[in-house]
Amino acid sequence: MFQSILFYWIAFVVVVAALGVISARNPIHSVMFLVLAFVSSAVLWMLLEAEFLAIVLVLVYVGAVMVLFLFVVMMLDINVQRMREGLTRYAPLGIGVAVVVILEIAHVVWFKAQGFSLGVAPQPAPADYSNTEALGAVLYTEYVYPLELAAVLLLVAIIAAIALTMRQRPGLKKQNIAKQVAVRAEDRVRLVKMKTEKEE
Amino acid sequence: MENIYLTIVLAPLLAAIVAGLFGRQIGRAGAHWVTILAVGLSCGLSLYVLKGIVVDGDPVFNGAVYTWADIDGLHMEVGFLIDRLAALMMAIVTFISFMVHIYTIGYMRDDPGYQRFFSYISLFTFSMLMLVMSNNFVQLFFGWEAVGLVSYLLIGFWYKRPTAIFANLKAFLVNRVGDFGFILGIAGIYYYTGSMDYWQVFQQAPALTSQTMQIFPGMDWQVLSVICICLFIGAMGKSAQVPLHVWLPDSMEGPTPISALIHAATMVTAGIFMVARMSPLFELSTTALGFVMVIGALTAFFMGLLGVVQNDIKRVVAYSTISQLGYMTVALGASAYAAGIFHLTTHAFFKALLFLVAGSVIIAMHHEQDIRKMGGLRKYMPVTYWTAVVGSLALIGFPGFSGFFSKDALIEAVHLSQAPGAGLAYWAILLSVFVTALYTFRLLFLTFHGEERMDRHTREQLKESPLVVTVPLVLLAIPSAMIGWYTIEPLLFDGFFGGSIMVLPAQDVLARLGHEFHGPAAFVLHGIKGPAFWLAMSGIATAWWVYLKKPGLSAEISRRSNRLYELLVNKYYFDDFNEKIVAAGGRAVGNFLWRIGDEKIIDGGLVNGTANGIAWIAQRVRGIQTGYLYHYAFTMIFGFAVLAGWLLLRG
Amino acid sequence: MSIGLTHYLLLSAILFSISVAGIFINRKNVIVLLMCIELMVLAVNFNFIAFSHYLGDLSGQIFVFFILTVAAAESAIGLAILILLFRNRSSINVEDMDGMRG
Repeated sequence: MFQSILFYWIAFVVVVAALGVISARNPIHSVMFLVLAFVSSAVLWMLLEAEFLAIVLVLVYVGAVMVLFLFVVMMLDINVQRMREGLTRYAPLGIGVAVVVILEIAHVVWFKAQGFSLGVAPQPAPADYSNTEALGAVLYTEYVYPLELAAVLLLVAIIAAIALTMRQRPGLKKQNIAKQVAVRAEDRVRLVKMKTEKEE
Repeated sequence: MENIYLTIVLAPLLAAIVAGLFGRQIGRAGAHWVTILAVGLSCGLSLYVLKGIVVDGDPVFNGAVYTWADIDGLHMEVGFLIDRLAALMMAIVTFISFMVHIYTIGYMRDDPGYQRFFSYISLFTFSMLMLVMSNNFVQLFFGWEAVGLVSYLLIGFWYKRPTAIFANLKAFLVNRVGDFGFILGIAGIYYYTGSMDYWQVFQQAPALTSQTMQIFPGMDWQVLSVICICLFIGAMGKSAQVPLHVWLPDSMEGPTPISALIHAATMVTAGIFMVARMSPLFELSTTALGFVMVIGALTAFFMGLLGVVQNDIKRVVAYSTISQLGYMTVALGASAYAAGIFHLTTHAFFKALLFLVAGSVIIAMHHEQDIRKMGGLRKYMPVTYWTAVVGSLALIGFPGFSGFFSKDALIEAVHLSQAPGAGLAYWAILLSVFVTALYTFRLLFLTFHGEERMDRHTREQLKESPLVVTVPLVLLAIPSAMIGWYTIEPLLFDGFFGGSIMVLPAQDVLARLGHEFHGPAAFVLHGIKGPAFWLAMSGIATAWWVYLKKPGLSAEISRRSNRLYELLVNKYYFDDFNEKIVAAGGRAVGNFLWRIGDEKIIDGGLVNGTANGIAWIAQRVRGIQTGYLYHYAFTMIFGFAVLAGWLLLRG
Repeated sequence: MSIGLTHYLLLSAILFSISVAGIFINRKNVIVLLMCIELMVLAVNFNFIAFSHYLGDLSGQIFVFFILTVAAAESAIGLAILILLFRNRSSINVEDMDGMRG
């Protein structure tokens, strides 16, 4: 019963937050709504006994990705007023399609899946069960190659992001480390032999 | 023997290739020497074969020399059937061809297309030999089409003359009509007998009489009659029978030797020969024979009448040819195949002679062909004149000349025939005798007698033609005069053709005629008492009266009987009909298909329409391609929604 | 009525549809578009985790793990591109970007 109430409450929050994301006038507000949606989702994932992923969602998504979004939104000087123009022109069509998609999925879930015996939740896992441990056991054995690939992918993403945003402004003075390191003493110091000057 | 047959056929072909492809290298003399030698060789060997079969009694040769194709039971072979009929035809074809080759040296002396001409006539000889020596329908058709092709080439030999091009096109098209029937007949034969070989088909012929086919639903046709009539339609095209005769007078646009060789002596007789060859089929179908006879009778009489009003020397002879072909056809219809072939033989000689005479006159007149501008040529060209007289007498069937024997025998045979239409045919060909005499002697009188109507310049240069022209004239005049005496009895009454021609006993008019035949001399005496002789005499007399005695009379007559004259001068409006209805209709259909079918539907609709349609659609579709990614994304999702909806609603 | 798979699936469907509508409504702002995509990914992840739970199979959670990784990488690069774009055009208006127009 408690779970049901929790589900309905959190689900409501998620939906409201999602609506907020797409309808907020200010992009900052959108990001905040998105954060809300993610955090609420993490709660629902907890309900589904996916504790590790719920934590990851909060830590990685809310903690890193969403902050990144916030940075970007704040960094860019966006003309909010202009951004909102023409919002409602396509809204009916978009909402119509969204409703159709919802109805279709609902139709499938309710009518097409009749007699599909997955409606009942399985027994809760025992107290000493660790979702993280179980995931790790699979991840590092069966899915070790995909894991490595994902790591490489992240590396590529990091490099790509840096490469894309790095720029060299003309006329800017900066160090050339390689040259500094490769320099030799002879290039810098010139020993000049000269005659001693005699005093008359 | 096989090698001899092959030599006969291939020598002219080889010569044609040499003269045609290497004409420039071997020169004019080389061209005529190589072709004349080749055709001479063919002629000599043909005569040798004829002698071997007739005198020494060599067996009939029937066999394949080369298998061309063997497609699922359909054997296409090159084979020879050398019996008496084929041997006789070979001798006629090669002999006439030989004469024409020699004559051509003189006639075409100044023509730039000298080598080409020799190449063509040798090629023609080859084609014609293939036709007559064939032992199967495929080869027959090959020869049939090949002679048609060479005829086309030769009618349009002077390809810079628009009239010649028109004429050869006309000949080709009219012959296509006939050939369409012919190939339908051959197809029918193959369909019902499963064979292309003459003998196999002939053996199965009696079984075909009981079969029927339905061309239109609900109407039963006897298979054999349909096949025979189809084959005869082919013969009508090639042998210029009404209503497919229209090409022959126009074919006179070709050089005169060709008129003699192809359009008088040999090719046009291919139809007659073919029907005689197919006698085992025709004999079994009374319907087909009746059809043949009626067509022949109509041709003989009405085409003869046209000869009376023509003024072009060659056209008169051309109409005469059609009329005589009508005679032969009537003989075939009366089951007197031997008489038809006999007339074909004699006609080949005297008609070739008359054409060469016409050619000789044309040379002397500097290519003037209008007989109204001639006259009195007798004293300038004695050899030509006397050979012309021989040819004319033979043509009208003057007792003793070759034409008399063949024509009189033919008329008598038709008189005895009880086939349907025989009565009509008898009267038609009897009256034609009068008409024949009339136009023949009109031609003779207008050309060689009477006042000299040519201009002074031409008259001063009038002289006898050179030896290469006159020698063939004389050589042809001799058989034209004499050949009947020696050949009538063996050819008609002694079963010369043996197994080559099959006649049912009930329809064998020649056998009945044979009971009353007591030698050529008696036949001549009997002929003088007959109506045909007196009709011919009155024809000569009329011609003499109208064209020599009272030269103004013909104009008077034509004015008095205006309507009849108009009808004749316009050739019964056959050409007008063909041009205004058939050709114009064809052109209209062609125009329609061109303007509407091709330009509008295919070009405009299918070809350009596709391109325009794509451009039109693209013009509209590019509006969708806004360049905004979110439009594409939305379209994708929208499509997904529609697809999912469709899957759901479908159940 | 206890909470079953159906509820989660419906929730994810609603989330997905909202993000679809969002993509279409916010056609002026690339950042909001990126956020909508994140939301869509979240909806998909919901499905995976729900199925994983009700089927008792950890593979679904593994999948979500990888999806999170890829999505993080995607948003990092997406934002980098965005910054580049803004630097060059001084605008992140989607309607200014129609280089693929036919």
